[in-house]
Amino acid sequence: MNEIEALITEQIPRLRRYARALTADRTSADDLVQDTLERAWGKFYMWRRGSDMRAWMFSIMHNTFINHIRKNQVTTVSMDEDALEVPTRATQNDALEMRDLASAIVKLPCEYREVVLLIGLEEMSYEEVAQVLNIPMGTVMSRLSRGRERLRILMAGESAPVLRRVK
Amino acid sequence: MNCQMNKLANDDLHAYVDNRLDTTRRAEVEAWLQAHPLDAERVLAYRQQNDMMQALFNPVLKEPLPLQMHPKAQRKHFAQPLRYAAMVGAIVLSGLLGWSLRGIEKSPQQPPVMAMVNRAALAHAVYTPEVLHPVEVSNEQEEQLTKWLSKRLGSNIKAPHLAGAGYELMGGRLLPGNQGPVAQFMYQDSRGLRLTLYISSKMAGKGEAAFRFAQEGKIGVFYWVDEDLGYALSGELAKPELLKVANNVYKELNR
Repeated sequence: MNEIEALITEQIPRLRRYARALTADRTSADDLVQDTLERAWGKFYMWRRGSDMRAWMFSIMHNTFINHIRKNQVTTVSMDEDALEVPTRATQNDALEMRDLASAIVKLPCEYREVVLLIGLEEMSYEEVAQVLNIPMGTVMSRLSRGRERLRILMAGESAPVLRRVK
Repeated sequence: MNCQMNKLANDDLHAYVDNRLDTTRRAEVEAWLQAHPLDAERVLAYRQQNDMMQALFNPVLKEPLPLQMHPKAQRKHFAQPLRYAAMVGAIVLSGLLGWSLRGIEKSPQQPPVMAMVNRAALAHAVYTPEVLHPVEVSNEQEEQLTKWLSKRLGSNIKAPHLAGAGYELMGGRLLPGNQGPVAQFMYQDSRGLRLTLYISSKMAGKGEAAFRFAQEGKIGVFYWVDEDLGYALSGELAKPELLKVANNVYKELNR
């Protein structure tokens, strides 16, 4: 039990980082992580010893995320200022760009957002992403391709008139 | 060849961005990018996306965990047959002993922990109304106080600083517990509201408690076990407010 406890706990910081990017909102992110953990504890006996704990936890989070979206628990457009703390070394321009990135990410459709983040932020292999999201490799690649391209366009479009955003 | 490259380019382009290509393929893609500036621009943009994501969200990895996410707090969700056996056992036992604790959350409890909660609430009720001698040793001698308590409890005892939650340490005292000496620290906010933190040693081997809540009359108690120490934070506060302070205590103790 302690071994599983340690394995699950080890994943929490990563789950939080991913959730923060997925929701761009500190509160919904931590709710998402909390629900994921509760589910994980509730069905840890389904985890096969020796199999990949990260993949298992992230797939539970994926299912939880889908549920939250259905119940509208996830903020998809609004921005939480807290969630967007920018590293202090960043210059003013970098800071603005990073803010734009966070808000652009949540503008992506959820399916693209998950793939782009699991690969770009979580640095999973394409095979792992297919396993976590339970989709074929071809779907992973097409979502990645569309997600990244859309993000690029969003970023390019946003950085032109930089301070235009009014909410 | 050219046709095959066209077909492969998109997946390979992403695999190139993510450094997933072997040396040969990487060289081929690089040659392709030399000849196709628009694709090279995309690669650059995608790589920037990855770098910026990392820069923006990696600090989350270092944030302290909220108390609710701590494994000990999660334990109550642990589904296993033994848990139910323990729960039945606890119910029978509590019936036999005629415990009258109300407000205890549904999970099974270890008797030593519950005894600690009882005593913590009692000590809170007895000492917080004191005007002249609320504490035995005041905060002016904090170092001596913690040294003394550490020695008597046989563990390293720290008085968490809760200024962040709006509470000042008043001092502490040594009290008799079920299994030897225990420590009580007292705190006060600007309105004069007092909280106590009760610390009991030798809790190891009795099973670890989750981060739980009990209500004893007007007094709310958050309690948990960390390593060999049992903690109970008592106060006449609403549960969410007390939880905030408990979070603070936990954070300070685990600095």
